[in-house]
Amino acid sequence: MEYFTQQLINGLTLGSIYGLIAIGYTMVYGIVGMINFAHGEIYMIGAFIGIITFSLLGAVGITWVPLAILLVLIVSMFFTAVHGWAVERIAYRPLRGSFRLAPLISAIGMSIALQNYVQIIQGAKIKPMQPVVRGNIPLMEANGFQVNISYLQIIIIVLTIALMAIFSLIIARTALGRSQRACEQDRTMASLLGVNVDRTISLTFVMGAALAAVAGVMVTMYYGVIDFFIGFLAGLKAFTAAVLGGIGSLPGAMLGGMLIGLIEAFWSAYFSIEYKDVAVFGILVVVLIFLPTGLLGKPEVEKV
Amino acid sequence: MRKFSLGLLAATAVVALGATGAMAQIKIALNGPLTGQLASFGEQMKRGAEMAVKDLNDKGGINGQKLSIVFGDDQCDPKQAVSVANNAVKEKVAAVIGHFCSGSSIPASDVYKEEGILQISPASTNPTFTERGYKNTFRVCGRDDQQGQVAGDFIASRYKGKKVAVVHDKTAYGKGLADETKKRLNGTHNIQEVLYEAITAGEKDYSALVSKLKQAAVDVIYFGGYHPEAGLIVRQAREQGLNARFISGDALVDKQFWSIAGASGTGTLMTFDADPRKNAVAKEVVDKFKAQGYDPEGYTLYTYAAIQVFAQAATEAKSVKFADVEKVLRSKTFKTVLGDTAFDAKGDVKSPAYKVYEWKAGAYDYVN
Repeated sequence: MEYFTQQLINGLTLGSIYGLIAIGYTMVYGIVGMINFAHGEIYMIGAFIGIITFSLLGAVGITWVPLAILLVLIVSMFFTAVHGWAVERIAYRPLRGSFRLAPLISAIGMSIALQNYVQIIQGAKIKPMQPVVRGNIPLMEANGFQVNISYLQIIIIVLTIALMAIFSLIIARTALGRSQRACEQDRTMASLLGVNVDRTISLTFVMGAALAAVAGVMVTMYYGVIDFFIGFLAGLKAFTAAVLGGIGSLPGAMLGGMLIGLIEAFWSAYFSIEYKDVAVFGILVVVLIFLPTGLLGKPEVEKV
Repeated sequence: MRKFSLGLLAATAVVALGATGAMAQIKIALNGPLTGQLASFGEQMKRGAEMAVKDLNDKGGINGQKLSIVFGDDQCDPKQAVSVANNAVKEKVAAVIGHFCSGSSIPASDVYKEEGILQISPASTNPTFTERGYKNTFRVCGRDDQQGQVAGDFIASRYKGKKVAVVHDKTAYGKGLADETKKRLNGTHNIQEVLYEAITAGEKDYSALVSKLKQAAVDVIYFGGYHPEAGLIVRQAREQGLNARFISGDALVDKQFWSIAGASGTGTLMTFDADPRKNAVAKEVVDKFKAQGYDPEGYTLYTYAAIQVFAQAATEAKSVKFADVEKVLRSKTFKTVLGDTAFDAKGDVKSPAYKVYEWKAGAYDYVN
């Protein structure tokens, strides 16, 4: 039981991070109908901006941890959002209305370009950072096995749930959300009715990038090591999460992320760690056979 | 101004032509992870090679010919290693110094074998590298079967009756080393590990592994793999309150291990050849590195030595042709920064001496 709880905490933390990144994939897919393969790199850039801001704050002398984390989050969300916006403007908007595969190729190109850009300006070495938030809360203990939840794990899980709630509200209640839902349903009709489609799509990229930045900053603080290549693996897992949950669905992305985190943790816990990725993708295959649109995805209605 | 620069250009052209006419340069390739996760090892190799070539050229080069280096970046990726190897072939290099990772050196050596190019690895320790009867593969470092023996014996003697877990990262080096240590523990010492697990290199989250180790109440973790993963596992273990002794191999000989693990790394043990920085013969070179503000740790001096070996063999053979150099390599003893280096029939060094080191306060030294 103690062991189970500990692995549950591990899985939820990992799942939160996957979920935050997965939202970026799913929102873009819902509205533009393309997979933004550069999104993993956006997350990586968020992590780099986070680590740079941390060291700048250290140099300036702001060491009160809650303030530092808040500032880092704001700075990283802002600059990463600028990157997300620029990516859309440079690589996707000119290709809108072109054949279906064009933005996909352009996304892969963008992903490689961003990776190399960070590699050149930040160096190819891994960047370590010492822990900012230390400490654990012991939850229970039995047979010498103590279940711990670290403050950082609490921050990650709570922040993820809070952001998820805020973004759901934005989409359900605000004017921006209404335009986003309109674009999702029918882009041409939306533009005829006075929705600024280009602006809505840009803002979608900005929102996705901001969430990826939060994930990047959390990963930097939690694991303490980043490099220019982290976007690839995380992006792959988050994309899988989005597909598992039903691409296009916001709660689906979160659910998919949590599930993948939990499957990884529990497979590692009770079976061989070596095969945990096999387990994750195996379950993905099974889900897609029975639910081709993912767990919470809506079947695509053929428009005539 | 324009006239002047044209004149200058012409003058340099003449000088350059004269130079190439008098002596063609000898090219050697330095292939290793210059970028990527293990870029810090690439830097060790690069520093070592640049210093070695500079020192050789200052003394007149090989048989009156200067050396130059062609760099190849394999990122420790086996696929990349083969394309880097093909590039070295295209550049017509006389020898290849590299690669770093065993997983790169082994596939690349097939390319060099086909083309008859000498390959001296400063760091690849997987036994397979020299076990296939290839004539062109040499290394100046030890082998994982020797390293695993030392690690196995150490664990058996120091941690008698304790629970041992063996973890590896699925790479040629990591799995090879972990299995050699396991073999020694299982066979000679009759110690059975309580857990045997494999992780994926490049990931960041090892919390599930750490919880599993904690559940099994292990006292000793033996890890076959590279320092980025080792650092993360140690750090996450300490955060979860698992204080098992962490023991690994020669891929931890880089200060970057400490910058990842931080204070959690205190007490981490590793096996590595006798530290060449302590050799009396290496003092002059070590001082030169230190004057540059660089500590020649890990495989820096091994790379330096690999180039020394090639240069001395080529000088002795009065040729850089593979067949001539190879004959000398197998018969002579070379004076390098590692001491006296000689090769056996397989291309391994004759006297490797693995020692156990301990990390403490950002540095490592022999364990007492």
